Amino acid sequence: MSIPYQIVVCGSLVPDPLQTLEPVSNPAGPALKNELMLPAVLDPWAGHALFEAAHLAKQHPGSKVWLVTIGPRAKLQQVMMIVAQKVPFELVALDGPASGFAESAEIAAALAEAIQAIPGLDRSRLLLFGGWESASRGAGTTMQMVGERLGITDQFQGVDQLTITPDGSLRVLERVEGGKHQVSLCTGLPALLGWATGNLPEPPNNPQVGMLNMRTVMPALQRAKPVKIANDGVAFASVALPKQRRDTRIVKDLSTDDIAREIVEWIGKD
Amino acid sequence: METILFLAQTEANGSLGKAALEALSAAKALASDLAGSILIAGLVGGDVQVGADQISSCGAARFVAVAGPDFVPSRYSTDLVAAAALCTAASATIIVAPATSRWNRVLAGVSQRLDGRIDAHVTGTTVANGQPGITRWYYRQRMEAVVQRTRRPWFILLDPGCGEPWSGAVGTASVELVSAALTDAQRRTTVAGIQAPPADQQTIRPDAKLLFVAGAGWTKAQPDGKAHPEEAETLILGFLAATKASLGSSKSLVDLSGEGHAVLKFMTHLNQVGQTGSTPRHPKGLSTCCHGEEPHTVGWRFITERRAINLNPNCSWAQGKADVLYVADAFEVMRKINALLTARA
Repeated sequence: MSIPYQIVVCGSLVPDPLQTLEPVSNPAGPALKNELMLPAVLDPWAGHALFEAAHLAKQHPGSKVWLVTIGPRAKLQQVMMIVAQKVPFELVALDGPASGFAESAEIAAALAEAIQAIPGLDRSRLLLFGGWESASRGAGTTMQMVGERLGITDQFQGVDQLTITPDGSLRVLERVEGGKHQVSLCTGLPALLGWATGNLPEPPNNPQVGMLNMRTVMPALQRAKPVKIANDGVAFASVALPKQRRDTRIVKDLSTDDIAREIVEWIGKD
Repeated sequence: METILFLAQTEANGSLGKAALEALSAAKALASDLAGSILIAGLVGGDVQVGADQISSCGAARFVAVAGPDFVPSRYSTDLVAAAALCTAASATIIVAPATSRWNRVLAGVSQRLDGRIDAHVTGTTVANGQPGITRWYYRQRMEAVVQRTRRPWFILLDPGCGEPWSGAVGTASVELVSAALTDAQRRTTVAGIQAPPADQQTIRPDAKLLFVAGAGWTKAQPDGKAHPEEAETLILGFLAATKASLGSSKSLVDLSGEGHAVLKFMTHLNQVGQTGSTPRHPKGLSTCCHGEEPHTVGWRFITERRAINLNPNCSWAQGKADVLYVADAFEVMRKINALLTARA
């Protein structure tokens, strides 16, 4: 049974992982030093969710993918220039913070409102995707709250695999403790999947896909609704980099035998 | 004055696991440090009496529970109803739960439903000037914050391994069962089971004393001009068998597997440590054939003693990220290590 799915993927921006990050204190709360200057990428787990969504949509003709994202408009534009070349989607943009210090409940409210405003959204065909955590806040809370606001009570987190069974049910593999997966079957939609890594490599850039996407990306960015995050009721008593820097002993002149002996002794010590 | 609910699920045998007992220690400490506060224990599971008896002497003023066959599986829809019912029954203002996959999946949804706020991946709780606070990391373990909140209920998901598990005498707890009515729609997800490699092939061991990390260098051409992935597999698996270490990987190595290259067959994204992988907790870590770049080493935040083997004396491990960097060929060193370990066995 092939269902044309409506797949809504939520994802935001994070600083490029190779950047050095330093916290600063602003009147509005903590932020990153030179935050607006830092190169940004689509959050990696949200990226996996987007690629899995596109893959699923390709397998089920008539399916459509939306990417609902929040971030400073100028940075969204930069990142979308790259992401838009990967897979086909329609962008729904919100002009707001992409900070890890922004309150996830308020971000969730904004995302849920944007999703509800998507014209023609059919709950009986809806799959809500996102990353199971972000590389900024890293809490894994936003998607659950978006789902709860949309009344989605079949939710899965840490998803590595989604299979559509012949009767249209969802077979979901979620990460659980100890390097294992919990296998669940869900017989109806809507459902929410917070993706871990999945199984798909990052798609190569496709200029044709990029041109198609940009027809909707630029207008979506222009009409991006401003979103204010007040961080209501939360106070950061401190935000600091870890102080520990190790005094590394660099061993260049030991023989392989001696190195092996030293490591075995170290492993054996309590 | 807070009403602190310790929330936990019972394991398959009805008892409470280590992560739950660690969360109980944190909840109990908060209750005693915040003047006038009370501690309530809330359990979810098939039959909760064994678990309640296990913590009967923890000082909880009440034991509340949602129990029954519907609450055995780890499932969002039913755990949501159960947790919300317990929070309401306890009139909880602060809820402390272990950050197991089960509570990580659902507690933010409960927070939304009860109009509260949540902090996940919490590494500690504090009390300063009579106000509760939590510590947690941002940007994948790159900076640590102390957070305080005025909004209630406040849900706190405490990461496993961040505190001592509570222990005390087993007794008999008087459990108040709380009603949590379900609809058919809340049962439409069924848990079919757990998928895991056979025990002798399981390379992820959260309780291991040592983390062994393999980087992409294991698959690169060696001095003879050829790659030797088969020997790499033998060396790594031999080491894991001898030491019972847990296996981690750099992103570049597992990405090679995903792209269909002939690499280490036992390595999956579950092994990945770092920015887009896990942040395991082990007393010691040994890195091999990995440069120790920042996106990887943020995953080593909670590895206490760190050593690395790399051919490059200027690799990132040398920049204050490891205690010892051995500038050597990992193939040669691991051959010798395995021989020594075999001889000792």
